[in-house]
Amino acid sequence: MSDLRAAVAAGALGSEEAYRELLQSIVEVARAIFGARASSVFLFDEESDELVFEAVAGEGAGDLIGQRFPSSTGIAGWVLVTRQPLVVEELDKDPRFAREAAESTGFVPKGLMAVPLLHEDNSLGVLEVLDRPQKAAFSLAEMELLGLFANEAAIALDLLLKARAARGVLEGEGGEADALARFAAKLDEAEPERREPALQLLAALDKLL
Amino acid sequence: MSQEPADLPAWSLPAGAGERISIGVDWPEQVTRDWAFGDSTGKGVRVCILDSGIESGHPRVGEVDGSVAFHRLEDGEFEVQEDGEGDLCGHGTACAGIVRQLAPECSLFSARVLGAGFKGSGPVLLAGLRWAVEQGFDVINMSLSTTKRQFAELLHELADRAYFNNTVLVASAHNMPVESYPWRFSSVISVGSHEEPDPMTFFYNPSPPVEFFARGVGVEIAWLGGGTILSTGNSFATPHMSGICALVLSKHPELTPFQLKNVLYLTANNVGGGS
Repeated sequence: MSDLRAAVAAGALGSEEAYRELLQSIVEVARAIFGARASSVFLFDEESDELVFEAVAGEGAGDLIGQRFPSSTGIAGWVLVTRQPLVVEELDKDPRFAREAAESTGFVPKGLMAVPLLHEDNSLGVLEVLDRPQKAAFSLAEMELLGLFANEAAIALDLLLKARAARGVLEGEGGEADALARFAAKLDEAEPERREPALQLLAALDKLL
Repeated sequence: MSQEPADLPAWSLPAGAGERISIGVDWPEQVTRDWAFGDSTGKGVRVCILDSGIESGHPRVGEVDGSVAFHRLEDGEFEVQEDGEGDLCGHGTACAGIVRQLAPECSLFSARVLGAGFKGSGPVLLAGLRWAVEQGFDVINMSLSTTKRQFAELLHELADRAYFNNTVLVASAHNMPVESYPWRFSSVISVGSHEEPDPMTFFYNPSPPVEFFARGVGVEIAWLGGGTILSTGNSFATPHMSGICALVLSKHPELTPFQLKNVLYLTANNVGGGS
């Protein structure tokens, strides 16, 4: 494995976690700025044609990550396919929506604001902000503000997808490359006293092979 | 009063032939809302909702005169089929309901390019728009857009074809910092939202590319299952403008998209329509 390859592999393994944290921070900030009960990022999984909870702040945080639903249904589905931001109010008055929401997420929002996550040519997912106890309807200015956040979330989601793709390539090689990449990452983080013998061991291994 | 394009001089106008292109619109001294669409119901105007389908029999929508969907063949081409799916996501039904509210007697058609396995963006959108332009609808409502640059040129061609074939394409603008189409083209009527509660209030925007603002905040929209819900978005401002276009065209069917856009400008609330 070349140095470059090792560096890429180490990056792929470490970066997924970093991009997840970035996404989590985006939903935390969105929730705080809008004074909302919850905020989530959905990733569009093109292969299965589903939307997946990728980051959640507030209500549902911890339980919802990884949950999936068909991409062409629900308000997030509207936003994904039309690529248009949207606000829906009085959702709790719709018995069908209320039941479905309660079943899938455990709580029924009164209102929500959703924007598509557009990066380059692609619609990567949806960012949602749900319920504000202190204020009634969402305004147009707030939709535009959420649009700016969406830009940031879309970039983070794009990086996350690329990191996952890189990881997939590594794991696709029978696990050997993955093991080496993990080794490279650990070597990178090691204290000098551990690093030195590890490098000597590597040199010996190199000679042997 | 409208003349067949074949009768008209195509590329130049001979001396003394001005009579041949006399315009069949009896323009008043001042274009008022009353002249433009007073007492109009949208009767005789065919409006196509290019969207996720329309729920048949929704009380906000009433009768739909035709529904089609686009089936992808093995060679990548699309076949137009009668559509019995209705609307799986509800977006098209919401748009249709708004057009119906403003223009109660217009004819509504559904061309489904979203939902039921379609991701919306791309080839099916183009196929749907091409079909709708070929059908010669008076108004096509597009509360959607694509960010795919490779489709921009084809969309542009279709938008221009619609414009010169007397089909008005009304498209949702994006209130996000992204490049998307077809709303950015000057041959379409692009629509953003204002926060006023009156469905007939609309503004001309002197700072395009968004050309008009229509009601898009706190709109009671048709919701799947026969109900309604409050919603906000340019998706719903667009059918307000489509409905107003239908009202004007019902009263003045001879108007070209260029002329219609002028009428909308002259009757906008911040121009002549607010007085």
